[in-house]
Amino acid sequence: MLITCPYCGPRDVIEFTYQGDGNRERPQPASQDLDAWNAYVYDRLNPAGDHNEIWQHSGGCRAHLRVVRNTLTHEISSVAFTRGHHKVAARHKAEGKI
Amino acid sequence: MSPRRTDAGGRIDRLRTIRFTFDGAAYTGHAGDTLASALLANGVTLFGRSFKYHRPRGVLTSGVEEPNALVTVLRGEVREPNIAATMVEIYDGLTAVSQNRFPSLAWDISAANQLGGKLLSAGFYYKTFMGPAIGPLKSTRFWMFCEHFIRRAAGLGRAGTAADTARYERMNAFCDVLVVGSGPAGLMAARAAADQGARVILSELEPRFGGSANWSAETIDGMPGADWAARAAGQLEGYDNVRLLPRTTVWGYYDGNTLAALERVTDHKERPGKGEPRHRYWIIRAKSVVLATGSFERPLVFPGNDRPGVMLAHAAERYANEYGVLPGHRIALFTNNDSAYRSALALKKAGAAIVAIVDVRPELSSEMRELADEAEAKSLAGHAVVATEGGKALSGIKVQRFDMVNGALAGDQRSIQADCLLMSGGWSPTIHLASQAGAKAEWNAARQAFLPPKPTQQWPTRRWIGAGAFTGSFSTAEAIAEGRAAGLSAAGGTGTPAALPVVEAAPGDPDPAPVFEIRADGKSFVDFQHDVTAEDVRLAHREGFISVEHLKRYTTLGMATDQGKSSNIPGLAIMAEALGKPIPEVGTTRFRPPFSAVSIGSLAAERFGDLKAERLTPMHDWHVANGATMYSAGLWYRPMIYGHPGETIEQAYVREARATRESAGIVDVSTLGKIAVQGPDAAGFLDRVYTNMFSTLAVGKARYGLMLREDGLAFDDGTTWRLGEQDFLMTTTTANAGKVMQHLEYFLDVIWPELKVHVTSVTDQWAGAAIGGPKARAILAACITGTAVDNAALPFMGIVHGKISGVPVMICRLSFSGEMAFEVYSGAGYGTHVWEALIDAGKPFGLVAYGLEALGTMRIEKGHVTGAEIDGRTTARDLHLDWMLSKKKPFIGSAMMDREGLIAPSRLELVGLISLDNQPLSGGAHIVEALDQANPHDSIGHITACCYSPALGKYIALALVKDGKARRGTRAHISDPLRNRFGPVEIVSNHFFDPDGSRMHG
Ligand SMILES: [Zn+2]
Repeated sequence: MLITCPYCGPRDVIEFTYQGDGNRERPQPASQDLDAWNAYVYDRLNPAGDHNEIWQHSGGCRAHLRVVRNTLTHEISSVAFTRGHHKVAARHKAEGKI
Repeated sequence: MSPRRTDAGGRIDRLRTIRFTFDGAAYTGHAGDTLASALLANGVTLFGRSFKYHRPRGVLTSGVEEPNALVTVLRGEVREPNIAATMVEIYDGLTAVSQNRFPSLAWDISAANQLGGKLLSAGFYYKTFMGPAIGPLKSTRFWMFCEHFIRRAAGLGRAGTAADTARYERMNAFCDVLVVGSGPAGLMAARAAADQGARVILSELEPRFGGSANWSAETIDGMPGADWAARAAGQLEGYDNVRLLPRTTVWGYYDGNTLAALERVTDHKERPGKGEPRHRYWIIRAKSVVLATGSFERPLVFPGNDRPGVMLAHAAERYANEYGVLPGHRIALFTNNDSAYRSALALKKAGAAIVAIVDVRPELSSEMRELADEAEAKSLAGHAVVATEGGKALSGIKVQRFDMVNGALAGDQRSIQADCLLMSGGWSPTIHLASQAGAKAEWNAARQAFLPPKPTQQWPTRRWIGAGAFTGSFSTAEAIAEGRAAGLSAAGGTGTPAALPVVEAAPGDPDPAPVFEIRADGKSFVDFQHDVTAEDVRLAHREGFISVEHLKRYTTLGMATDQGKSSNIPGLAIMAEALGKPIPEVGTTRFRPPFSAVSIGSLAAERFGDLKAERLTPMHDWHVANGATMYSAGLWYRPMIYGHPGETIEQAYVREARATRESAGIVDVSTLGKIAVQGPDAAGFLDRVYTNMFSTLAVGKARYGLMLREDGLAFDDGTTWRLGEQDFLMTTTTANAGKVMQHLEYFLDVIWPELKVHVTSVTDQWAGAAIGGPKARAILAACITGTAVDNAALPFMGIVHGKISGVPVMICRLSFSGEMAFEVYSGAGYGTHVWEALIDAGKPFGLVAYGLEALGTMRIEKGHVTGAEIDGRTTARDLHLDWMLSKKKPFIGSAMMDREGLIAPSRLELVGLISLDNQPLSGGAHIVEALDQANPHDSIGHITACCYSPALGKYIALALVKDGKARRGTRAHISDPLRNRFGPVEIVSNHFFDPDGSRMHG
């Protein structure tokens, strides 16, 4: 499986660490809503098809990426930073690095 | 009569004689022989004993699909079991032995199992050993009793116990076009792609390129197929953009057109060349893939089809034409299709007599009749073989009239003398890789085979183009045309009008008759390796196993090391007949990697042996030079003890720990994880990450911190130093350094991207030495400049900066040993310099260097926790660290840590144990309330760490014990049946030594 890191370009999956389901919504830190916490920590959709996932390019730039991966075909339809490194990525793209 | 070498012919080098042994007997063969061909040439017909019934078995095939002729190859002390003799190239000194026989191959005690055939029929294991105990001969406990005997009687080769000393390598490769298989289709595809300028890799699992061209009697462009293939491969060798990989099996097809392959680099050599690995594991990323993997001939299912001397038709043709070996003198054939007639003619030309061609079809084409005449064979159309005769070799067959429409046998049985019977049940394309790539095979009624699906049904991340027999195009002319088209298309070319090579081949219809089994009395084998008969398949059906996946598991059909390469389709056909359904409705199982056996060593490759990565601390060489026994912890190497001559490990660590508590000791702590946490929001971030407060920490001070996971369980601990208002140095345990870093990065990147914090791993930037003991401060004072280290300048958890021997250092007064102690950090490059300066300064004070064992001993005495206690199942409360859980702020894990199950009174809690019989305690031992061998008590916990405590003069341990706090002062027992250690202990507080901390506070 190849993941195209917006910094580094297409890289093999062994450079990445799966950091969990991207659909999880963390309750506010002070929230006492145990059901919401339980859902965040344990409940997963496990869809057959497109799935939002968080991957870290741990063997590369170490950025966390929001990846949409098809669980049936492993096709990756979108990769984006979880936080704003967009300017750097745009520059890399303009310079033809990725 | 027995098989023999022909006088001429074959692709072997008759001038080179090679000596090898099989079951201790010496044989010779020629360069180019496989173990199977060489043994056949020596007249050997018996290769092994079958899995369940210990029936004598010969060799069925000539290639990777071989189910019968499995051997163990010995290299020195190393034994490799379950290798197909058809895939072993002989070399001088090759030592191979047969398997699954006792006491010898020819005379086997367990062959008596054949008489008790019913006992071992389908589902035997499930029926006999699973489920509740009803009567004495049932249940899993009975299985445990019988297992030893059954495993000895039923089985394959025995694995060795010697360490594998061979080297393995891993190789990453990239190409535009990967061509799998080098028959005429693969050779044409590689050439066409290469001519387009594409970077091409051509892999072939056999030693020779050419596939069927190496043994068929066809000519291509006017020359023998083998010569044409050799020329084509030779030309490809001259291309800079082509890499040829012989002896390389592509065994896995993964996403993004990533394919895994195993190259057997030196298995065929007496010894590897300098630097050569035994196997090379290739990870090939290909823009496009051409699958030209050919097809497997299928056996027919009839009574006695497993007798030595019964072989696949093309295999015999191959032995004759490629290896110059005749598998018999009087050869009979049994077929449902035309391809066997070509085999008959080839064997006739090689010198055998063809006594009969038994064909299930009532009518034969005029071409087949002519081929039979040319082979001088008696043609028996509308007949079937119903029995084979002989013992360890075939002596004859029985045939009978057969109606292929209803499967009925009629008329008298006729005996035909033959020493070899060749069978052909049609051909199955080798679609394994396409199936791995997600393709659902499609049944083709004409070919009576599953064919790969159309490219439109492929997964987008795994795209391939098929060519040749793989697609069901069984003629060489079609293979050549499809191969070129596939190569062009894979390379993105548009095609050249050059003429295709011209093939001259015997005629033949590629479609077989839909006959898979002849039902007559006797055992008819479907899966030769797992001894699954046609009757087993029907029995499974009668017992309600109607899904093909269930059938497979119940009968174990296709689950042996050959993964059913020869048995899947016949088994499915018999199942379909039992169900009264057409084959495509019964479906087929999906193939999974690996295509054939893969050495574990190749998968581990650089991760062990001399290629394994190592992490060494800056002071590593000093430790080694000063007598340290190094201990591997993850990738790190750390001193275990600095032993004196004649000392045991226990004597060494006790001496080191005692000296530290009496004067002073120094230990290398450079392996601790170190993370710089910096930025305007750093303090607030640490408040969220740790259970306790860090925003209140003064600059120049350190604090012990505990982290939880999101689910409220303990995660890691360590000290964090505030070096500046926005500048913290976090330390983590050695083992969790990477995990903690990822944890912090995750929260900053994903959960709280608004926080202005930057985290940087600085583990390798700092060297650390912890010096502790009553004399530690005096030693430090003797060598430090630029700062005082007294209580006022450097209070407990204070930080100062100074210089030691001219080198800037940062010192924090904190303690893991329980003594007054200081962690001295310097730049990694000065680690040894500072360490040596401390050692020098410590000499007058009796300073000793100590290792992990003494470190562990002192921490057990103090009751501090490490990864053995923070094991992913314990909470802060379990470890008596609830005083660290701030109530003033939320933190990671705070919402989940108070859940019912995590505060239940029955939880395992940290305690100390003291051995009451003055014997060592053992790590991992269970704790029980009373010892009763006959009626063992439930475990109430287990030991996490143990040692001899010089401070207490006793053997002690830390343990996690159910409701442990309440049990303090009571007695229990350790129970360690594996090491036969049972004994009484007293449960005490985990703080054994100096519980009020007066020593470290000074
Ligand atoms: Zn990256």
